[in-house]
Amino acid sequence: MQGGAAGPAYRGRTASIGFAHGPLVRVDAGAGGERAAGTLVEEALALRKAIDLASGQIADLAASAGGEAAQILEFQVALLEDEDLIEAIFASIGEGRPADVAWRSTLDEQIAEYNAAADEYLQARSSDLADLRDRVVHILRGDAGEPLKIPSGGVVCADDLPPSRFLEIDWSGGGGLALLHGSPTSHVAMLARARGIPMVVQLGAIPAAGATALLDGEGATLELDPSAEQVRVFEKRRESHRKSRASARAILRRPTASWRGEHIKLLINIQRVDDLDDADAQYADGIGLMRTEFLLAGRNDLPDEETQFQAYDAVLRWAGQRPVTIRTFDAGGDKPVPGFTFDGEANPFLGVRGLRLCLARPDIFAVQLRALARAAVRGNLKVMFPMVTSADELEAGRKLFADIVQRLQADGIAAMLPELGIMVEVPAAALAISSFKASFFSIGSNDLAQYVLACDRSNGALAPLMDPLHPAVLELIARTADHGRRAGVSVSLCGDMAGDPRCVPALLNCGLRELSVNPSALAQIKQTIDRLSSGGSVG
Amino acid sequence: MLDKADGQIFTGNVRLVHAVGMHARPAVKLTKLAKKFQAQISVRVAGAPEWINAKSVAKIMAMRAAHGSTIEIKASGSDAEAAVAALVDLVASDFPDGAA
Repeated sequence: MQGGAAGPAYRGRTASIGFAHGPLVRVDAGAGGERAAGTLVEEALALRKAIDLASGQIADLAASAGGEAAQILEFQVALLEDEDLIEAIFASIGEGRPADVAWRSTLDEQIAEYNAAADEYLQARSSDLADLRDRVVHILRGDAGEPLKIPSGGVVCADDLPPSRFLEIDWSGGGGLALLHGSPTSHVAMLARARGIPMVVQLGAIPAAGATALLDGEGATLELDPSAEQVRVFEKRRESHRKSRASARAILRRPTASWRGEHIKLLINIQRVDDLDDADAQYADGIGLMRTEFLLAGRNDLPDEETQFQAYDAVLRWAGQRPVTIRTFDAGGDKPVPGFTFDGEANPFLGVRGLRLCLARPDIFAVQLRALARAAVRGNLKVMFPMVTSADELEAGRKLFADIVQRLQADGIAAMLPELGIMVEVPAAALAISSFKASFFSIGSNDLAQYVLACDRSNGALAPLMDPLHPAVLELIARTADHGRRAGVSVSLCGDMAGDPRCVPALLNCGLRELSVNPSALAQIKQTIDRLSSGGSVG
Repeated sequence: MLDKADGQIFTGNVRLVHAVGMHARPAVKLTKLAKKFQAQISVRVAGAPEWINAKSVAKIMAMRAAHGSTIEIKASGSDAEAAVAALVDLVASDFPDGAA
């Protein structure tokens, strides 16, 4: 290798995509300077002055940053104006503690409480508190701190970085953020995404040494003191990312994709309500797949009707007139849920999962159907069942749903039966597609390929065989699309194939005119269709 | 209900419709609005043992009211009735921008 030995590489989690190549800049929490404490009155006055000064500084930062950053900083100002919080600190000074010690210990208690919280959102807020804590401590110690000077394109490396520190950095020359801890849902991550600053979090332990850094926000990697070869590969990735991003974003803003004179609907898949925060999501023609398993995750019980209704309603409100397809619980298989799925199945992928499970647990299914029936009156809702094998299952689900709608209406609750469709992922369903009286079909190509090819998709040893472009898979997709066309029923595809530019030409040739992809893939797929339609190759 | 010192206590209930629960932005809006009133205002998640000062953003955040939970509000003082009505409206209308 030309440029010497390859430097170490670290992997974290993506918080903001993009690339940075520059000097590594370590930013550590301010060294603990000492300060001489005065009398009780002097200490109380010192804290009052420090709070006022901090409040002014934050207000200035908010004013110059504007927008989302200003709203984030408002929380810090509100904390400084919280009399309950501040009074407790003055009381602690009254007991003889120096101002900085009293301030710090109270804020540390709050931070510990946030960190102990179960949800990632509250945990992420602890860095806002740490930000405020350090600002006031610095003022009290008289080292109010110069704004960080970051060399152009520098990669800032810290344990965590508070939002106000981020805003003090001049990012106009580019650069990136590599955090050893941190969270993709932190305020600083939101700011980084808004500014287009690449950011990787949870990198773990990184040696203090290192002069040059390569930060890849897409691959979530940090390489230190790279060899010439590493730099060459990195720059190539950066360049191709830049090119495709620039042209894709321009295409994204155009009204609709079309191919051979036909409109191609591009919808998005979402895992949870927050996925709609993606800046590209607004350009989608609707939501092709809203998964609902997130409602089952991270809790001890099953979600009640109201919790579910609120989540569905939030998505329908976001979508306005656009269609929203919500898939009922797809638990089981590789997605076990305590208290819901069956334990000890020898072959869970061929077991009681998807609609099979919901029909076996009508008590749980009924709660979801009630929430969906109520949501149906709030927007353009479609509901689809996963893992359907026979038409009887669809009809059993429809009957349950219709009974629930009738009961709700009898109780004077606004509800209606939405359009009902099925996922086409069991080969039998694809082969007998005309037996289903569904309002629409959505092809789940991941499971369909797994079942047709008899390859466990989680088994890496089978990767070469697990080819979604296998003629057998394409045959089933084409049959389904063909049936839809003749029966006047819409057919979309929401698996990974839809978001893979190499698969798109085959899908269009199979007759599909609706694809549903992750929001982050929307621009690239629209660009791919655009190129195909102007006669180009996918590249 | 009568309170000897301040007269009547007003109460209200409202469901938290905000998608992520009582997080930073709603908490700031709620406390800002509460501070516009003279009344002593307390809130709690329905059934919680302790009432919380509605003017303390730190305590409102620590309450960790989840999306879909019901918030109980009580207030006493000269403008208590208006305070309860305003806070119920803020939460019910999902903390619109420009409010408070």
